[in-house]
This record gives sequence, C-alpha cells and structure tokens, in this order.
Amino acid sequence: MLNFIDTVGEAVAGIKDGSTVMIGGFGNAGQPFELIDALMDCGAKDLTVVNNNAGQGDQGLALLIKEGRVRKMICSFPRQSDSWHFDAKFHAGEIELELVPQGNLAERIRAAGAGIGGFFTPTGYGTTLAEGKETRLLDGKWQVFETPIHADVALIKALKADGKGNLVYRKTARNFGPIMAAAAKHTIVQVSEIVPTGSLDPENVVTPGIYVNSVVRVGGTSREQVA
Amino acid sequence: MSTQTSIQTSEKPLGRDELAQRVARDIAPGSFVNLGIGQPTLVSNYLTEEQNITLHTENGMLGMGPAAVGEEIDGDLINAGKIPVTELPGASYFHHADSFAIMRGGHLDICVLGAFQVSATGDLANWHTGAPDAIPAVGGAMDLATGAKDVFVMMTLLTREGVSKLVEQCTYPLTGVGCVTRVYTDKAVFLTGPDGVTVRETFGCTFDEIQELVPLSLKKA
Repeated sequence: MLNFIDTVGEAVAGIKDGSTVMIGGFGNAGQPFELIDALMDCGAKDLTVVNNNAGQGDQGLALLIKEGRVRKMICSFPRQSDSWHFDAKFHAGEIELELVPQGNLAERIRAAGAGIGGFFTPTGYGTTLAEGKETRLLDGKWQVFETPIHADVALIKALKADGKGNLVYRKTARNFGPIMAAAAKHTIVQVSEIVPTGSLDPENVVTPGIYVNSVVRVGGTSREQVA
Repeated sequence: MSTQTSIQTSEKPLGRDELAQRVARDIAPGSFVNLGIGQPTLVSNYLTEEQNITLHTENGMLGMGPAAVGEEIDGDLINAGKIPVTELPGASYFHHADSFAIMRGGHLDICVLGAFQVSATGDLANWHTGAPDAIPAVGGAMDLATGAKDVFVMMTLLTREGVSKLVEQCTYPLTGVGCVTRVYTDKAVFLTGPDGVTVRETFGCTFDEIQELVPLSLKKA
C-alpha cells in the first residue's frame, strides 16, 4: 500500500522502539537528513541501524547516535575524521558494532530483498571478519557464507517519485537506496519532487513503486548543496 | 645475460608523485580501474587520454572525472573518499550492490590500494592495525582485494622505524589472502605470486641492497 504523506513526522510515526532501520546514504550523499531528524523527534530508541557509515559531523545519523537512540550499528566504515559521536559511544561501550565488508553489506541487503537465504563469497575469507563463519571451496576459491540483512523500516532519499511510487535518483546519491527499498518491510522515501504518473520514462525508473510504502516531499535541494 | 645486469632504473628513490606516474604508465590501455583512497588517488593525475582508462568508484559510478572545483561541486557527486568529483562523457551510475558486483564479479582489471604489509605470497594487510583501542573500519577493501583481476599496492618499502613492509607473513590483520600481484614502493617494484617475489626494477639502490632490506628471498627479473 502506497501513501503520500505531508510531513516527515507523520512518515516516521510508526517506527517502534527496538526496530531495525536501514538508512540510505554514503557519507552525506543520499542521506535522508529530514527523515532522520524526524526519527530523532519521534523518540524511537533501542534501534539497530544499517548504514555504510556511523554518522559524520553533527547532523543526521551522528546525532541519533549521540542521543543514545542507537543500540547497534551494522556498517562497513564507522571511523572517519568527523565520526566523533560514534567514536565516543564506542569507546564508552555504549554501542554495539557489527563491522561488515562493504560489498557484503550491499549484497546481504540485496539478498534480503530478493528472498535469498544466504550466499557464499570469497570476500573476507581468511580474515578476522569471517571468523566462525561456514566456508566452502567453490569454483577453486575459498568462500564464506553470509546471511541476508532484513529491516523493519528503510529511510531513503530519491530525487523524484511519481504517483505509483516509482523512483529516480541523482548521481552517486543513489547508492544504497534501491536495495534498502527492497529489503525493508516498510520503505519511507523522501523526494525533492513528486511528478504526475506517466511523466517518468518507464525505461529510466530505478526503483519500481512496488518497493515503496510512503513518500514525503521535502525541500527542493539537498542540505549539503544549500550549505 | 649475467647476474650483474642492473635493474636499477632511477638514480634516486621515487617520491609519491613519481611512483604514481610509474603505476599510471603500467596500466594497460582500455582498462577499468579502481583507485583506493589516499596515495593511489594520485595515479589519476598521470593517466593519459590515449590510455582511455575508465575509473570506477565504489559508491556507484563508472567514468569518474577529476576532483570538482568551484561551481562544479555537487554534494550528490562524490567519490569513495567522499570528495566531490566530476563525471566524464559516457559515465554511468548504479546502486551499491551493482557497484560491488563489478568488483566481486571480477570485472575490474586493476585496483590500486595502500598497505600496511604485503606477504611473500601476496597476502594483503591494509584495513586495521589490530590495536585494541582502534575502531575498525573496512569499507570496500576486502571486496577490491578479492575481486579485481590485478591488485597493485603502493606503499613505502620501509616503516618509519626502517622495517620492511614486505614480509614473510603479515602480522597485521589480513584484508585478503594471496591477492596482491604487484607492489610499487619508493625503492623497488615487486611482482608477487605463487612462485615467490621477483624484483622488477629498483630506484636509487641495487638489487642486492633491496635484498638486504627485505626479510625474504627475492628473485631478479
């Protein structure tokens, strides 16, 4: 069921304590700041958050972590020059980290959306990140068994949605959006523009509307472009 | 040929830019290449138009152009290091799982990475010092190391303390097993593989001097 929602607050209102929330974005590109701000305001806590990073600077995911709403991060690259809020929580032992090689993170999210129960990959074989995992020699290469990452909710950012919830993205801000939209039970998308059904070329639709539950329009330009 | 044949090609050790230039020269025309964050990024400054190289960035783009300046800067167009970049004609965008399928599916010809250590059999350690208080961050390093057809490493041969980073066995946590094919350092270029380590050329020193610095048995090209 697809809903067009007036405010980001209403869009995230159903997110419960203890939820697993996928948040799109690679660095600031594609990060749905307005939805994250709304998630902060709605008070949901004890969250497991799936994102490539663990927040940067003093905005978005970084603030959610600072305020102690995030119990566990599943990510590939938490440590950055400006990840001070995550760093502090991690050193204080107040946040759990599941560190995942980036390609495994993407493929595990994709697998969840595609109904795949797990897969073998050479990535990580022989490293500490594969410790305790099943391995097999397949096609002459040692490979590691990886399982899907499912989520209750995905918060993503796209450029445009049409009346059917079909999405197009902008440049490298696409990143995790399409696979997170498919992997979550409920996908909430913030877009810069809602266009009439039929005005997106069907050949160019990146995320078909079947994966989208809620669409909310926010300001026309991304925060980092305004800054 | 006698064993006295010199493979020294430079009077002095190479600086970071000279080394980047050397790597760029060795990339075959038409290759699809991923350059890691840091020193490997310098390689892009020396790729020529005639080489017709397509650069991949892990966050979802082929056909990445130079760093963006002034009005070109667009928060939606960044590279793996989160630096604003530009797109070249013929560029394409794709989502993260497709971007990593490009690496993991063996479609990239070359990736160039930095390293803490490389072993005699081409094991790579470049993601984590293993220090107990360090926050680990791996990003796409393991996917690149395992998936690209050729993995080139760029590093100084010695640590600040003068210890060789080319080692019999890595003591830092591994990124990938037996994945490195070439190691470009300020003092020499090494070819690594199942048959051991071969020195292709030396910079500012002789083969014998390199052999004294590196704690494993080297072959001369």
